[in-house]
Amino acid sequence: MARWIVILTLALLAGWVQAKEAAPAAEDPALEARMLRIATELRCLVCQNQTIADSHAELAVDLRNQVKEMLKRGDSDQMIIDYMTARYGDFVLYRPPLKGTTLVLWFGPGLLLLGGLATLWLVLRRRSRLSPDQFEPDPDDEATIEPSDARRTIPTASRHD
Amino acid sequence: MKKLKFLLPLGIFLALAAFLLVGLGLNPREVPSPLIGKPAPTFDLPRLDDPGQRVRREDLIGKVWMLNVWASWCAACRDEHPYLVEMAKRKIVPIYGLDYKDTRAAGQQTLSRFGDPYVASLFDADGRVGIDWGVYGVPETFIIDKAGVIRMKHIGPLTPDVIRDKIEPLVRQLNG
Repeated sequence: MARWIVILTLALLAGWVQAKEAAPAAEDPALEARMLRIATELRCLVCQNQTIADSHAELAVDLRNQVKEMLKRGDSDQMIIDYMTARYGDFVLYRPPLKGTTLVLWFGPGLLLLGGLATLWLVLRRRSRLSPDQFEPDPDDEATIEPSDARRTIPTASRHD
Repeated sequence: MKKLKFLLPLGIFLALAAFLLVGLGLNPREVPSPLIGKPAPTFDLPRLDDPGQRVRREDLIGKVWMLNVWASWCAACRDEHPYLVEMAKRKIVPIYGLDYKDTRAAGQQTLSRFGDPYVASLFDADGRVGIDWGVYGVPETFIIDKAGVIRMKHIGPLTPDVIRDKIEPLVRQLNG
């Protein structure tokens, strides 16, 4: 048991030592953080459902370096976003901009939900106003609706007891 | 009219199905380039075969030309390569290559092995010019008009159909 604890501790220590060695040698952590924040807003066009911050595609690495270089040069976040959209279009933005061509994208799902809720409300309201004889009787209700037909309803009711 | 109301859900379903059907036919990898109709990005790159000689965007103003982005490591480029050689033989349009993120040796070896359809291949070692052109998947092909405006972009390997139905008519129109 004690031997296992030693082995386990050593294994953990080894991992820790390695992790320490592998720590990214970012010369400027603040710049790196800013770069990553912008990179999470940009779509990698090679693996389209990843941001260029997540992706290991070569293009994503290049674009991260491009962002870093532009930041070093003193460009603003907006200038970098504009640089990317000028080359790759709005598709490069993970959050598409709100404009004429994207109105359906932004509001379509909400409108569909509202439409569905409105339809549901209208249908339920109409049904609640109908008199009971407009509906087919439920089997359980038959006793109250057709008390005369006793022969058929009594066995059913007794079964439910 | 009132009698037909029961058809409404069916109508909505059919409309939705139509949208989804069209969506199935679209290729999500083909992202429309914002550069079409815009002046081609500037570049000033050495030739692949001669580092001392440079090609600039300005050098190509006044003629219709084609830019084909390729690389020795790109398998799909091999597929389209014979069609490029064929295009060059038929002198449809001057083809310039952009050897993207490659090494000189590998790029030159590819051309000597499979044939060189390019008037010149520009050597873009770090891919910087590629980024300026919005390249994200090699091969890509652009058609640039006499004023230096990008008129067309094709993503992925060229096929005889694309060359015959899209590139040739466009080049003829731009030259005419």
